[in-house]
Amino acid sequence: MLKFSGKSVYKGVALGRVIVLRKENCQVKRTRAENTEEEIERVRRAAEQTKSQLARLYEKAVREVGETSAAIFEVHQMMLEDEDYLDAINSMIRTEMVNAEYAVAATGDNFSEIFSGMEDEYMRARAADIRDVSDRLVRNLTGEQETDMSSMEPSVIIADDLTPSETVQMDKEKILAFVTVYGSTNSHTAILARMMNIPALVGVPMDLTAIQNGTTAVVDGFSAEVIFDPTEDICQKVRVRIQEENEKLQLLQNLKGKETVTRSGRSIRLYANIGSVSDIGYVLENDAAGIGLFRSEFLYLGRMDFPSEEEQFQAYKQAVQMMAEKKVIIRTLDIGADKQVDYFKLGKEDNPAMGYRAIRICLKQPEIFRTQLRALLRAAVYGNLSVMYPMITSVWEVRRVYQIVEEVRQELEEQHIPYRIPEQGIMVETPAAVMISDELAELVDFFSIGTNDLTQYTLAIDRQNAKLDDFYDPHHKAILRMIRMVVENAHKCGKWAGICGELGADLELTEEFVRMGVDELSVAPSMILRVRKQVREIM
Amino acid sequence: MKSFSYVIRDEVGIHARPAGLLVKEAKKYQSNVVINKAGKKAEATKLMALMSLGVKCGDTVEVEISGADEETAFEGIRTFFENHL
Repeated sequence: MLKFSGKSVYKGVALGRVIVLRKENCQVKRTRAENTEEEIERVRRAAEQTKSQLARLYEKAVREVGETSAAIFEVHQMMLEDEDYLDAINSMIRTEMVNAEYAVAATGDNFSEIFSGMEDEYMRARAADIRDVSDRLVRNLTGEQETDMSSMEPSVIIADDLTPSETVQMDKEKILAFVTVYGSTNSHTAILARMMNIPALVGVPMDLTAIQNGTTAVVDGFSAEVIFDPTEDICQKVRVRIQEENEKLQLLQNLKGKETVTRSGRSIRLYANIGSVSDIGYVLENDAAGIGLFRSEFLYLGRMDFPSEEEQFQAYKQAVQMMAEKKVIIRTLDIGADKQVDYFKLGKEDNPAMGYRAIRICLKQPEIFRTQLRALLRAAVYGNLSVMYPMITSVWEVRRVYQIVEEVRQELEEQHIPYRIPEQGIMVETPAAVMISDELAELVDFFSIGTNDLTQYTLAIDRQNAKLDDFYDPHHKAILRMIRMVVENAHKCGKWAGICGELGADLELTEEFVRMGVDELSVAPSMILRVRKQVREIM
Repeated sequence: MKSFSYVIRDEVGIHARPAGLLVKEAKKYQSNVVINKAGKKAEATKLMALMSLGVKCGDTVEVEISGADEETAFEGIRTFFENHL
């Protein structure tokens, strides 16, 4: 038995026989070309042939993994039309009097090296794309066949690295898992594996020469481990897990497109929590009815200076447009506490969780807040946008926020810039807000209960402190009574109330929340279908 | 010559797919479209050169457009940046 760990790309479990893909590092021979123009013509013809292969691959990929993930093959085709790349090949043939195969392989290496030297991990991963295109071109020049995998049994694929075209060409029915020595979780192969729901591990430090074809292997995407020659005991356990996983997945997929409604007909708005525009793909994929918490911090983090109004406007606009008419609730800036940003110059605090953060910064430094509000009011024109304010403890804070919104509105009006006043709500995440939720409900359009902070403040427990684990009860009666109180006070004023903290995705509480009258649950995209299942089982 | 300055908002920057789309867009015009990132330049019709600029989210690029149809190219390319990058 041999065990290795790596990085997991897709959480799933597989058991099966291994096929080791060893690339016969197709050594391209350098030969002297007598007729260089003929070699250039060979490159042109091979490029045409390669492009039509890629066009077919693109179509296969669109059918199997969708247009977004398939787009890489379109990019591969465009690489083959790239003037710099073709010029470099042709000029090498002419000046060095070499054969087409050598010129293509050498040029491919040169270009991919530019990318592998780049800082950005994403760009480094593009080096593999260039090598993939060049290899394919060389294969077409030499007339060599690609490894034929059409006749194999369903297997666990083991390789040094897999190019996107190798990944997508494989028959999905015949792949149990991918395990590679190299590759990043950002590579297209990783993305494809995720879309195809195939367990995959990358960065596994194994020695391919020591692994025989036909060896039995267990791939566990949850623990990021691969075990070769597992004991019968392990195999038996894994078989049971695979069975369970398959049943679960199948059931969940069946819930796409279904309503989130209890058996007695009460429907719950099931939204997703996200932290950036790029997460919207997961929101749509998991069939959420909207976005219940869009953390706007991503615009502020990881940069040197404040994001401009235009930049924010474009990001919010893109989000609401991508979600079409579905609701997108954007939470205004929640910097401070555990999220520190240098250019805010907030200074060190002894107790940041109870310190200068979120709406407090916005009210003390209204110029930062105004920029964000202008962007939000402008973006609201383009879709179903709502705004919510974090860390509210008093009525005056909401009144002051509204005053600033009104000033911003007048400004936009005077400047003849299109805007819309969106639905406005608050996060209920302090015990103070809970206790005065009757008064707050008269002012706001909705409540969204942030259970993470609310639990921490109510139980007086810092969740990072492991010593307190025995005292930490996420289902504490105090929290559940608070949620009930907030929901009741909202409904008395004809407003709606939702939960956007981690507790919202706690399947043990789903039924209780529905009984309390919670109108909306906002959870991580991966939890959408699980919560939907839970709601649909409630009588 | 016409030019505009633009701050990239796409989270991964001018990566493979948007770069491919930009090449397609730039090829529609006769004008020469050059992307300048802090002194490093690439023609917008050249995919690999464009990708190798390594333009990331938050980077500012100067887009320079010159040629017979620079008016229409300017509008087209600027709209493209606003919608895709």
